[in-house]
Amino acid sequence: MAAVGEAASDNRAWHEIVQATLKANDVRLVTYVPDNVLKPLIAGIHADPFFTVFAATREEEALGIVAGAWMGGMRGILLMQTSGFGTLANVLASLPVAFQIPVLMMISERGTLGEFNLGQALVCRTMRPVLSALAVEHHTITRLDEVEFIVDRSIKQAVATRAPAALILSPLLTGGKVFKA
Amino acid sequence: MSVVEQRPIGPGNAQVMSRFELTKRLVAKLPGEEAVIGGIGNTNFDLWCAGRRPQNFYMLGSMGLACPIALGVALAQPARRVIALEGDGSLLMQLGSLTTIAMLAPKNLIVVVMDNQSYQITGGQPTATAAGADLVTIARGAGIAQSTWAADEAMFDELVDKALKADGPWLIAARIDDQPGAGATDRDPVVITDRFMRGLGTKK
Repeated sequence: MAAVGEAASDNRAWHEIVQATLKANDVRLVTYVPDNVLKPLIAGIHADPFFTVFAATREEEALGIVAGAWMGGMRGILLMQTSGFGTLANVLASLPVAFQIPVLMMISERGTLGEFNLGQALVCRTMRPVLSALAVEHHTITRLDEVEFIVDRSIKQAVATRAPAALILSPLLTGGKVFKA
Repeated sequence: MSVVEQRPIGPGNAQVMSRFELTKRLVAKLPGEEAVIGGIGNTNFDLWCAGRRPQNFYMLGSMGLACPIALGVALAQPARRVIALEGDGSLLMQLGSLTTIAMLAPKNLIVVVMDNQSYQITGGQPTATAAGADLVTIARGAGIAQSTWAADEAMFDELVDKALKADGPWLIAARIDDQPGAGATDRDPVVITDRFMRGLGTKK
C-alpha cells in the first residue's frame, strides 16, 4: 500500500477507496444508519456481494451487531452520522471498550464547516471528547490521498490490539452536507 | 399443525413461571455448540447459575443489546444456533432490533424473553408489559412470524425443542415471577470475551 503522498495518481473517489480498503482487510459486515454523505459508499457496498450489508434501526443496535459478529469470527464496521455517534457513549464504554472488541466505526461529520442545524453543531462538540475520554483511537480524514492509509492502518491496529476505532470523514474530504437556501 | 396454532396463549393466560427453572431447562437442552447471549440483570445471573458454558456470553452493561449481539454472532456463524436470552425491560429498550432480525431472517436465531413485567433489579418498577404491551404481538408485528408465548413449562420445552431444530428466527416469551437472580456473574469482561471466543472456535 502506498504511503500518504504517493497516491497522487489514484483517481478513485473517497468512497471507492474506503470500500476497497474494507474489502482488502476482510471487513465483510457493514451495518449503518444512513446519512446523505455516506450515500455513495452505502450504495457501492450494497452493489458488492462480498459484503453483508443492511440498515440497523439505531447506532447502538448496529454496534451490538458488529461486536457479536467479531466474536463469531466476522469483521464489521458501522457507518453513521455525528448525531448517531452521540447516542453511543454507554454502549461504547460497556461493550467494545470493556470487552476488548475491535468494533470499527465510520462517522460522517456533521456540525462543522458550514453546518446549518444548531443541534448538529452542538452534538458534534461531544464526539471527540467522548472518544478521547474512552481512549478510543480516532482519526479525522480530510484529504483524498490519506484515505487508504488511515483506513487500512486503523483497521489493522484495531484488530491487532483488540480495540475499537473511529474514522471521522471531514467535510474537507466529502464536501459535507450543504445548506441550500 | 404447530403448537402456536393449537394453543393461542397471551401474557394474560400464560402460567407465571420461575426464570431460573426455565433457564435450567433451556441450558439442559444445549449439548454444547449453541451460543447464548445473556442480557444484563437477573436474566444473565440465572444463566450463569444454570451452569457455565464457554458458548455463553454474559453482558455487563449495554442494556438492550442481547438481540443485536446474538444477531451478529448468528450472521457470522450461520451453522450455529444462537440464542438471545433477554428480559422485558431490556427488549423494550431495543424493540427496533426485532425488525432488523425479521428483515434479515437468520434461520439460526432464537430470542427467548423472560417477562416479569418489571425492572426487577432496580426495585421492581413496572414496565409497559405490566400495562398490556404484548411482546409476542410486537414481535409478530415486527415480522418475526414464529413468535409465541409459552403457556407452561411443558410448552416452553416443546417450543425450545422445535426452535433448536426448525428454521428460525424464533421468539419464545415466558411470563415469569419476581424471584431474584440465583447469583451473580463474574464481572471480568476480558475473560468473558476470551472464553466465549474460544467456545465459538474463533480464538485458539
